[in-house]
Amino acid sequence: MSKVLVIAEHNGTALNQSTAKCVACAKQIEGAEVDVAVFAASASSIAAEAAEISGVDRVLVLEREENDPAIAAVLAPQIAALASGYSHVFGPSTAFGKDVMPRVAALLGVNQISDIMRVEGTYRFRRPIYAGNAILTVEAPAEATVVATVRTASYQAADGGNTAAIENVSADAELPTHTRFVGVQTGQSDRPDLQTAAKVVSGGRALGSADNFGLIYKLADKLGAAIGSSRAAVDAGYVPPETQVGQTGQIIAPDLYIAIGISGAIQHITGIKDAGTIVAINKDEEAPIFEVSDIGLVGDLFNIVPELTDALN
Amino acid sequence: MEKILVGLKRVVDYNVRVQVKRDGSGVETDGVKMSINPFDEIALEEALRIRERGEASEVIVVSIGSAESQQQLRTGLAMGADRAILVETDTSTDPLTAARIFKTIIDRENAELVILGKQAIDDDNSQTGQMLAAIWGRPQATFASEVSFDGNTARVTREVDIGLETIEIDLPAVITVDLRLNEPRYVKLPDIMKAKKKPLDQLSFAELGVEPAPGIKELAFEPPEARQRGIMVEDVAGLVAALKDKGLV
Repeated sequence: MSKVLVIAEHNGTALNQSTAKCVACAKQIEGAEVDVAVFAASASSIAAEAAEISGVDRVLVLEREENDPAIAAVLAPQIAALASGYSHVFGPSTAFGKDVMPRVAALLGVNQISDIMRVEGTYRFRRPIYAGNAILTVEAPAEATVVATVRTASYQAADGGNTAAIENVSADAELPTHTRFVGVQTGQSDRPDLQTAAKVVSGGRALGSADNFGLIYKLADKLGAAIGSSRAAVDAGYVPPETQVGQTGQIIAPDLYIAIGISGAIQHITGIKDAGTIVAINKDEEAPIFEVSDIGLVGDLFNIVPELTDALN
Repeated sequence: MEKILVGLKRVVDYNVRVQVKRDGSGVETDGVKMSINPFDEIALEEALRIRERGEASEVIVVSIGSAESQQQLRTGLAMGADRAILVETDTSTDPLTAARIFKTIIDRENAELVILGKQAIDDDNSQTGQMLAAIWGRPQATFASEVSFDGNTARVTREVDIGLETIEIDLPAVITVDLRLNEPRYVKLPDIMKAKKKPLDQLSFAELGVEPAPGIKELAFEPPEARQRGIMVEDVAGLVAALKDKGLV
């Protein structure tokens, strides 16, 4: 029988929604038993949240001072030690999971399956390659542990309401001191988180300046939306990198995505193709973004966006 | 430090709209423009800047692939790398095997720093750097957007989902680079001529004695499900009406 170990992502106090998405993916493996591992310095609130996720059998708590903040080189040997007895080890395809999971895979002597978008069988999965221009069906060897990351945009978070058992466990591993956390600088905005927001308003190079991005913020605030951007807007310095949506930025699946002044390079489209409704506003009627949008409006964003913001009163 | 290794992967060019072959056996690469993986170009640029600041003495570019990967290595030499190593293999190399190959070359060269792209834009795996760091037992600083050195430690700013994280790592180490780290230089014609004289060693995969990792089978390639083109509206009133219709505002 399959036993899946899901590595919880959290910020030291609260669980990230990516964990419940990994559980949803893991439950697609027929008959799978799913445990969630919480590596933290102080895990009680995080573990309590994880125990509520529907489909979770046990929450395993590994409390150590060294586990906060999370450092891949510190977590990986503990995860690898805990992995024995599991057929699969899953983590989210977020910056956290992409950093730590391949390190775990290498310690276990296997390749990783990156970005699972669908489970086809116990060892068989579908994943996007070439910025989503092709979908590849892969099969991992059945005799080894399957280490994988889950493309979070492909899954709805598993429901709550569960009361899984919480157990303290330990993982026998020597922890390195060669990697030290210095600090983190975040946008500190009150706006919704880009990964989990139901609505996202995204701006591109056509905004022309960081100041003009104020138009995007106003519309987003009116909608209660998160801020997204194209690579061009980030490269131009209009917005910080964590707002970038696409192949090399964040892959998201909001109910509503409004792309403003974004032409729609394939690398950007791959980050939004699981969105519910895509709205495109662009002055170029030939822009490729219109090929994938549900509602398109051709025109000058500098007129349209303020008008739209007012109209939503 | 003495030597920096940089990985250069030959991939389908960033601007090519990739097509899946009709029989589902792969993607079309015949007659398609091939280039250095864009992240690897950023990795090389960073290594060159480190050397130019006098913080390293040699930059070695390494590629794993067919003989055609020499083109990408020559471009790397023209950008300014000192020498190149091609590990020749006709089959595609999985990330763990690639990491093992890099480890073998680290040992041969006594390299202290390996800089790689954070992912290749063909298989989008994003694994090799982290795996190399694991089997080397050394630090990894992934998704780097700023790198500086102070003696035997590096300070790396990383692009993470909530913003920018800074870590400090002891050398030797592996760094994988993100888009914002730098803007790679253009290659000038005289440099292309000079690059022809720079050393390019060819090694066969077999002579390295690397054990291939258990592979992941690639069963079928398919084009993605396409999103349907929707409606066009004339003005803001039409847009608001359409959004209301869908219950989105």
